[in-house]
Amino acid sequence: MRARGRLALGGGIVLALCVVALLAGRLAPARPGALDLAHEWQGPTAAHPLGTGDDGLDVSTEILYGARVSLLVGLLAVALAGSFGTVLGAVAGYAGGAVDLFVMRLVDVLLAFPGLLFAILLVALLGPSLFGLVFSLSATAWVSYARLARGQVLSLRDRDFVLAARGLGASPARIVFRHLVPNLLGPILIQATFGIPGAILAEAALSFLGLGVPPGTPSWGALVDQGASHLLDAPHVALFGGAAIALAVLGFNLLGEELRDRLDSRSRAGPSAP
Amino acid sequence: MRRRHPLARQAIGALAAALAATLLVSVLLDLVPGDPVELLLGEQAQPIDRAALRKAMWLDLPLPVQAFRFLRGFATGDLRSSVPPFQQRIWPRLREVAPRTALLACVAMLFAVGLGVPLGVFSAVRAGAAIDRLSLAVSVLGVSAPSFLLGQLLLWIFGIRLRWLPVSGDDRMLSALLPALTLGLGLSALLSRVTRAAMLEALRQDYVLAARARGLSEARVIWRHAFRNALLPVLTIAGLQFGSVLTGSIVVEKVFAWPGLGTLLVDSIDKRDFNAVRACVLVFTLTYLAVNLLTDLAYAWADPRARGGGA
Repeated sequence: MRARGRLALGGGIVLALCVVALLAGRLAPARPGALDLAHEWQGPTAAHPLGTGDDGLDVSTEILYGARVSLLVGLLAVALAGSFGTVLGAVAGYAGGAVDLFVMRLVDVLLAFPGLLFAILLVALLGPSLFGLVFSLSATAWVSYARLARGQVLSLRDRDFVLAARGLGASPARIVFRHLVPNLLGPILIQATFGIPGAILAEAALSFLGLGVPPGTPSWGALVDQGASHLLDAPHVALFGGAAIALAVLGFNLLGEELRDRLDSRSRAGPSAP
Repeated sequence: MRRRHPLARQAIGALAAALAATLLVSVLLDLVPGDPVELLLGEQAQPIDRAALRKAMWLDLPLPVQAFRFLRGFATGDLRSSVPPFQQRIWPRLREVAPRTALLACVAMLFAVGLGVPLGVFSAVRAGAAIDRLSLAVSVLGVSAPSFLLGQLLLWIFGIRLRWLPVSGDDRMLSALLPALTLGLGLSALLSRVTRAAMLEALRQDYVLAARARGLSEARVIWRHAFRNALLPVLTIAGLQFGSVLTGSIVVEKVFAWPGLGTLLVDSIDKRDFNAVRACVLVFTLTYLAVNLLTDLAYAWADPRARGGGA
């Protein structure tokens, strides 16, 4: 019962997010970046359903268009990190030896950076751009996919189906891509579902620090940054922006947990709350 | 002697990782699209001035040499700012800001463990009851809410509406409370879930059944038998998550205008003060690696099975 609620809630939020991102142009009451200088830092009105920010920027428009940026960055960063990490980890696990050693040392070095630090550094140096943001977020995120894929491959590579493929004369590349990678997609998919909210949060945090999207790009993190200096007279700007982030992250997290419980037998073993 | 071996190897590995990280940062700084010299002097500068600045910023040196000079300066304490006028030593600034971030991170960890662990225990003991569902809902929200939203909410409620706590300011304990709470809440949500899972696992074990059969009180069974065994994975996760608290502090410091290490890092990036950037990254990285090492140590101390790597 509760699990069904989780799927409905998570799926609903994610679906709504996608719809909003696609239809932002039709739903938004104003054009992105349009200013209304007469109504700065105003609470919700009929013309501006979620109020206005600096120079009369319409908050609802920013949030609708911000969904595009968040979703785009989240999906692209996970796609890039997931595919790169999976392939590298699978190759390292199957090849073993020097290749494995090199990849895992690289992983160790990147893991020496705490959390977002490496991404902050990269994105600050690359300058504000969407591509730079996606690249910076994937630059460390691939590590967890690589570790996961390598571990899976290590446990799979001596299984009969791999031996059979090898016996039939399949090339190493064919074994990795046709036989091993499809078999480890389940755990990777779960990881990716949790990776998307992680990337959305990270994008928002970087944009909040002023290091994320180029100035003027609608972004939830940038909206919170803008509202932060007006907490006294216009708290709605920061709060609505932050709520949008929290809601999106919540949706993907719920979906990820649902997916994990369905695909991963280990976490299903325990007696979960009814 | 044999027992110390894996730990020594880990420590050496951590140091090697920190060195490699320093080199990597130097490579990154070198790859910056905008030329820092151009940025500092403008396009009209004379070639001779540019050359002088490049030399003063070590940009004429090969990368490994830059990294080596930085490490030497860092080790001897003579490291100076790499933007004009090149005089300011970096160590005094680090000594000024690092304790503030350390205070923030430690109080945040206290909040995280102090709130998350008991919540997890209670919801495991009352699995399925109202408190369990409530704590689940709270923790899902806590994991999802970005720290800067939590920070703004806390600021708005306690600082602006209720006026209980200072909104921003210096390094007195009182003004550390809100940022530390902000930083700790997300982690406490995660810890409560980990604790709940570990407690449920522990409560299923035979020794719990045995303890109950011997007629021990329920509190004793829970706290002395199940909890002590459930604590291990919880503390490990808490230790490993210290890194996210460290980088989280970069964001939270901005929310609360807290002049710590994260603020210094972001400022130094803005100013292209490469030496200060390298120093901040190195301090963050070393702290993170040291805490990870301590976590492993604590784990080995608490669980004899994990000790020594033998068997």
